[in-house]
Amino acid sequence: MHAIRLAFLAFLLMALPTRAENVAAFTLENGLEVVVIEDHRAPVVVQMVWYRVGAADEPPGKSGIAHFLEHLMFKGTETLAPGEFSAIVQANGGSDNAFTSWDYTAYFQRVAADRLGLMMQIEADRMANLRLAAEDVLTERDVVLEERNQRTENDPGALFSEQRRAAQYQNHPYGIPIIGWRHEIEGLSKADALDFYETYYAPNNAILVVAGDVTADAVRALAEEHYGTLAPSQALPERIRPQEPPQRAERRLTFADPRVGQPYVLRTYLAPERDPGAQETAAALTYLAEILGGEGANSVLGDKLQFDAQTAIHSSAFYDGLSLDATTFGLVVVPAPGVTLAEAEAALDAALAEFLEEGIDPTLFETLKMRMRAAEIYALDSVQGRARRYGAALASGLTVQDVQDWPAILQAVTPEDVMAAAHAVLDRANAVTGWLERPAESRSEVSQ
Amino acid sequence: MSMFRLIALAGLVLWLALPARAAIEIREVTSPGGIGAWLVESHDIPFVALEIRFRGGTSLDAPGKRGAVNLMTALLEEGAGEMDARAFVRARDALAASFRFGSSSDSLSVSARMLTENRDQAVALLRQALHEPRFDADAVERVRGQVLASIRSDATDPGRIAARTFDRLAFGDHPYGSAPDGTEDSVSALSRDDLIEAHARTIARDRIYVAAAGDITAEELGALLDVLFDGLPETGAPLPGRAEYGLGGGVTVVSFDTPQSVAVFGHEGMDRDHPDFFAAYVMNEVLGAGGFESRLMKEVRGKRGLTYGVYSYLYPMDYAALLLGQVASANDRIAQAITVIRDEWVRMAAEGVTEQELEDVKTYLTGAYPLRFDGNAPIARILVGMQMEGLEPDYVNTRNDRIMAVTLEDVRRVAGELLQPDRLHFVVVGQPEGLETTN
Repeated sequence: MHAIRLAFLAFLLMALPTRAENVAAFTLENGLEVVVIEDHRAPVVVQMVWYRVGAADEPPGKSGIAHFLEHLMFKGTETLAPGEFSAIVQANGGSDNAFTSWDYTAYFQRVAADRLGLMMQIEADRMANLRLAAEDVLTERDVVLEERNQRTENDPGALFSEQRRAAQYQNHPYGIPIIGWRHEIEGLSKADALDFYETYYAPNNAILVVAGDVTADAVRALAEEHYGTLAPSQALPERIRPQEPPQRAERRLTFADPRVGQPYVLRTYLAPERDPGAQETAAALTYLAEILGGEGANSVLGDKLQFDAQTAIHSSAFYDGLSLDATTFGLVVVPAPGVTLAEAEAALDAALAEFLEEGIDPTLFETLKMRMRAAEIYALDSVQGRARRYGAALASGLTVQDVQDWPAILQAVTPEDVMAAAHAVLDRANAVTGWLERPAESRSEVSQ
Repeated sequence: MSMFRLIALAGLVLWLALPARAAIEIREVTSPGGIGAWLVESHDIPFVALEIRFRGGTSLDAPGKRGAVNLMTALLEEGAGEMDARAFVRARDALAASFRFGSSSDSLSVSARMLTENRDQAVALLRQALHEPRFDADAVERVRGQVLASIRSDATDPGRIAARTFDRLAFGDHPYGSAPDGTEDSVSALSRDDLIEAHARTIARDRIYVAAAGDITAEELGALLDVLFDGLPETGAPLPGRAEYGLGGGVTVVSFDTPQSVAVFGHEGMDRDHPDFFAAYVMNEVLGAGGFESRLMKEVRGKRGLTYGVYSYLYPMDYAALLLGQVASANDRIAQAITVIRDEWVRMAAEGVTEQELEDVKTYLTGAYPLRFDGNAPIARILVGMQMEGLEPDYVNTRNDRIMAVTLEDVRRVAGELLQPDRLHFVVVGQPEGLETTN
């Protein structure tokens, strides 16, 4: 049975085409890195500009400034009025937005392919010519405070997650929230935003990704015209953050809030990230997350906690290797009714211990490998997804080569690699374990 | 439909108005067994995206069985035919296929992605999920637990509380008036027979809509449709009747201890097939749907910093139509946000839009439309949605003309008829300062 199935899978793996990605990369003289992903299925183009700066690069006491600046980048330049940037994009049938992470800040537009030049013109303009009115800055700070209300203050799960990160990273700035601590957002000024902008927004700290119905030659010509004239920064700081020391003792926290509808246990272990030329451990951890906590029935935790014993109603594992510095490997268990968080955590630890003892079912491993490869095929359907993949990787310290090597590195992972990574990472001395629950006095109340 | 009818390629070949090399060709395919589908054939990537809808969805719950369709749908991937839940997932994963089953007030949905390489096996597996779900006792209990956890979480989520309260006040006893996943009590009481009944009520041949996009030919799709749907019952439960909207203007405050109040607001909307729908759509784009450029975003967020996001949207359903909106502001600022929104409602109802606004919105809407068709998965979703709305494939060619045909006077007239400031109702969840429930 197993032999037949394995032979069948081997056939499929051979049969799945390896597809030329049709990706070009080059660097302008001023240091702007450019990646072009050609996809001519629809007359659409996505332009993304990624800055190699994020929440983990903020000065002490100024948490939230990277994200606040991202908002302010829509508030005008020497030649564009506040809001005019988005108005131009919309007037051309396009949509635009931006996002901030710990390692990057990115801006994007999605438009008809023949409008790319105009998009480059206005994106290059705000790379160099931001102008801010004091009253716009104050109004936008209120918007950011409402954003924090919406995303964090109103959501006990988000508050819990913020506390957990702060406990995880005691030295590295990954411990501060991207949106910023409330008391520090309240003090952010126009001068703070402009200082940050002057320091980090320059072509030699940016990556331009263009994906869609374009050719590399056309993009090169347009990029030279619009971005090529911008002067590089001469004073770009080296990207060195305080590093997290080895964790030597288990950390625990309990977050109680009457707004919690469903309690759960969440544990994150400090874990290695994808590094240039060294992505093998991260690849093994990517498998480990799927094996432990992928979808339900086929995962180790699902099998042991939801099927064998009905201890949990949900379990999962998560790992994202895209990170400039040390990342985390996470596990979640949502207990079944009548099961306490202590019992759920004990069951989780027992399941992990068994897994470390038993190892990986070879059939499931081959299936997973096949799915990883199929995921590459499905991923080709989303132009914007492909653009994000390159932008996020390059902004997180990887190279185009690393991105292109990644699928093959995933295919080369062995069960032994995964078990070695599991033994190295799954150690409670290296983890923060959090319980999210309702306060004792309100647990018996009927929820409203 | 004759069983012996051959696949009709329908002669109807339509081209989306796009540059020639990217044109989208929609084919109407009818299977030998008589099931219709729309197809966009594209052999660039070796997979197909398949979207299936069964009209009715959670609104077909039997009386007293609220949540049955939702729970049944969640169990379709938890064991079928000879396979229990584990075996089913293993079989699916071994093919690297993806099946997602969902339910909403108007339909039960299946979204599938299948590799060309092993498509026949993936289709056979999907057939089993649709035809022979097992509803094993252990699977029922496991998934029931997940649904109950989700119901408990929603009960402390201010946005969910606001939406549920609005629905209840608006539609009362109609299925639209209650949460489609049911209550803790109703879900706890569901039996295996109730799930079998829910399956029979919803999954039937007289309410199927299908769209496919990707690496498949019309002949292959025709055969696939019969493999999937041959042998399903001809009909299920009768579709529900029109939902009466029973809410007047005012404010309903739901007290909930949280720093930011969430408000859901709205009143009656406009049906999708109403002759003024495009004028209403254009009007709302200016009012509250247009990203950063809408009046509500400019007034509530841009000028005053009262919120991170405020939106309004036309929400035509099969048996009712709403014009809805949402905003969230700190407890001490939500009253001001609501005042500004009311003022914009009044202004739009009285004045309509400006010539410049109309022109800008037309440029945006007509320019953005072709950009939606940028992958197999989005194309299949759009095509199945069009069928559910009763549109013809030709719509992709005429839609932009219909937007362009809307005049300033149309918008003014429709704004005056549709927007009713005195019927606007705000459900506010939080500890809003200066707001109280009106009678």
